[in-house]
Amino acid sequence: MSRALTLLRRRLVGSIFVLLIVVIGTFLLLEAAPGDAVDAYIVSTGGDAGMIELLRHRWGLDQSELTRLANYLWALLHLDLGQSVTFSRPIRDVITERLPNTLLLMGSATALSFGLGSVLGIYAGARPGSVRDRFLSIGSLAVYAIPGFWLGLVLIIVFAVDLRWFPIGGIESIASARTGLDRAGDIARHLVLPVSALGFIYLALYLRMMRAGMAEVWRQDFVLAARARGLSRRRVVLAHVARNALLPLVTMLGLQSAQMLGGSVVIESVFSVPGLGRLAQEAVAARDTPLLLGIILVSAVLVVIINLLVDIAYAVLDPRVGANEAGA
Amino acid sequence: MNPLRRFLRTPEAIAGIVILAALFAVALAAPLFFPGDPQAIAGPALLPPFQDWSLPLGTDRLGRDMLAELFHGARTSLAVGLAAAAAALAVGAVIGTLAGFAGGLIDEVLMRITDAFQTVPAFLLALAFVSIVGPSLGVVVAAIALGAWTGPARVARAEVLSIRERDFVAGARVIGMHPLEIAFREVLPNALPPVLALSSVIVAAAILTEAALSFLGLGDPNRVTWGGMIAEGRAVLRTAPFLSIVPGIALVLTVLGVYLAGEGVVETTAVRRGLS
Repeated sequence: MSRALTLLRRRLVGSIFVLLIVVIGTFLLLEAAPGDAVDAYIVSTGGDAGMIELLRHRWGLDQSELTRLANYLWALLHLDLGQSVTFSRPIRDVITERLPNTLLLMGSATALSFGLGSVLGIYAGARPGSVRDRFLSIGSLAVYAIPGFWLGLVLIIVFAVDLRWFPIGGIESIASARTGLDRAGDIARHLVLPVSALGFIYLALYLRMMRAGMAEVWRQDFVLAARARGLSRRRVVLAHVARNALLPLVTMLGLQSAQMLGGSVVIESVFSVPGLGRLAQEAVAARDTPLLLGIILVSAVLVVIINLLVDIAYAVLDPRVGANEAGA
Repeated sequence: MNPLRRFLRTPEAIAGIVILAALFAVALAAPLFFPGDPQAIAGPALLPPFQDWSLPLGTDRLGRDMLAELFHGARTSLAVGLAAAAAALAVGAVIGTLAGFAGGLIDEVLMRITDAFQTVPAFLLALAFVSIVGPSLGVVVAAIALGAWTGPARVARAEVLSIRERDFVAGARVIGMHPLEIAFREVLPNALPPVLALSSVIVAAAILTEAALSFLGLGDPNRVTWGGMIAEGRAVLRTAPFLSIVPGIALVLTVLGVYLAGEGVVETTAVRRGLS
C-alpha cells in the first residue's frame, strides 16, 4: 500500500502544476472574450458610465493583468468560481447542482463500455483471425465511426418515438413525487438511451484494445508454456491471455475520461439531461463565458481525480508498478 | 510485390479507398452538379425522398434540396477534417521535437502544457474557443486542432528521444550545425513516420468533432455542414426522421472510410517493415 501512496504523492504534485496551467489557460480565454463581468452585470441592471467605472474599480478589473490573474487564483483557492449572469447565482452552486447527473451518466456509460467491451474483446481475441474475430473487429470499427449525438437521435426515433419503450429525454419524470426505489427506477429508465448512446461508441474502443492486446499476448512464450502444460483452452484464454491484456484497458479508462466528458456535452443536449454538458451548451447559447470556463475547470479537476484513481487501481493490480521507488 | 498491390489485397482497405474516392468526387463535383447556393429554396418544404426525381432526396423544413446540401456538406467535412488534422500533426510534431531534443526544463514545461491540454476535455475546449472567437471555418479548424495536437506531440517526442542519440546527430553536431537546424532538418524528418501513422485517427476525430460543433450551432453559419443538417432535422424528428438520418449515414460512411483506409496503410507498412 505504501507503494501506491508514494506513487500517488508524486502524481499529486504533477497534477497541481497541470491544473495551474489549465487555470492560466482559462484566464487567458476569459480575457480574450469580448466584454467583462461589469458589462454583463450592466446589461441586466442598467447604469451609466460612472457606475461602470465604480464597479470596475470595486471588482478590481481596472488593475494590471498579473494582479487580476492573482485575484482569479486567490478566488479559485477559495472555491469561488464567480457569478453566473445567466442564472444570477454563484457558478459553483450551479455546477455542483448539475454534476451528479453527469457523473451518473458517465459512470454508467463507462461501466457499460468497459464491461461489455472487454467481454466481447475477449470473445474476439480468443481466436484471432477467426470469422467471429473479423466480424467483431469490422463491426466495432463501424460503431466507432458513428457520431454519438446522431446515434442518440436514432435511438430516440426507434425506442422513444416509434416503440415508446423509453422516455424521450430528461433525467426523471417531472412532478411525479416518486421516492426511494420507485424514483431510482424512473431515473434508470430515463438513462437507458443516453447511456447506450454514450457507452456504445467507447465499447468499440475497449473491444478493439482488448482484442489487439490479446493478439500480442498470444505470441508470447508463457502462453505456449501454459498450453504445453496441457491447461484447458478456456483457462489459457481467461487466466493467461486476457488477464495480461486487461491492464492497458485500465489505463485507457483514465485517458478517455476527458473524451467522455466532452462526449456527454452533445449526448446531454440530445436527451435534455440536466448535467454539466448540457450546462456548457446553455452557457454557450447565453454567451456566459465565466460559466463555461468554470465548467472547463471543474472538468479538468474531475479528469485529474479520475486519473489518480486509475493510477492507484493500476498500482494495486500490477505489482511491478512503482516497485523500484518503494525499494529505493 | 509493390506496396500498392499489397495495400489493395485487404478487402477493408479497398472498401476504405472506394468510400474516400467517392467522397472526394462528391466534394469536388458539388459546385458542378449544384451550382449556386445550396441553402436556397428549391421546392416545397418537407418533400420525402424518392418522390420527385428533380429532388431525389427530398427537401428539408425550409424547402432546401437535401442532395445539394449533402454534396456541399461533404466539402465542409473533408476540408475541416483534413485542415484540422494537418494543423494538429504539424503543431504536435514541432512541439514534440522541441521537447524531446531540448530536454531539461524546456521538455518539462512543454510536457506539462501537453498534460494540461489532455486534462481539459477537447470538445469543451473547442466549444469555448469557438464561442469566444466566433464561428468561422478557420476558427473551427483551429479549435479542433487545439485539442488534437497532444497525441502527435507525445509520439514525436518519444521518437526524437531515441533518434537524438544516433550517430548522424552527433555528426551534425561535430560539423557545427545549429541545434535548431539539427532538430528540424535532421531529427524531425526521421521522427515523422510514427506521427503520420496517427493521421487517419485524427482526421476521423476531427470530422466527428466538426459535426458535433455544428450540431450544437457552432459551425460556420455560411456553410452547409452535415452536423448542422442533423440539428435542422431534429425539429421535425417525429414526422420527418430522414432529415436527420441521411446526413448521419453520410458521416458514418466518411469516418468509416477514413478508418478503413488508415488501417490498410498501417498494415501495409507494418508488413513491409516486418519483411525488411
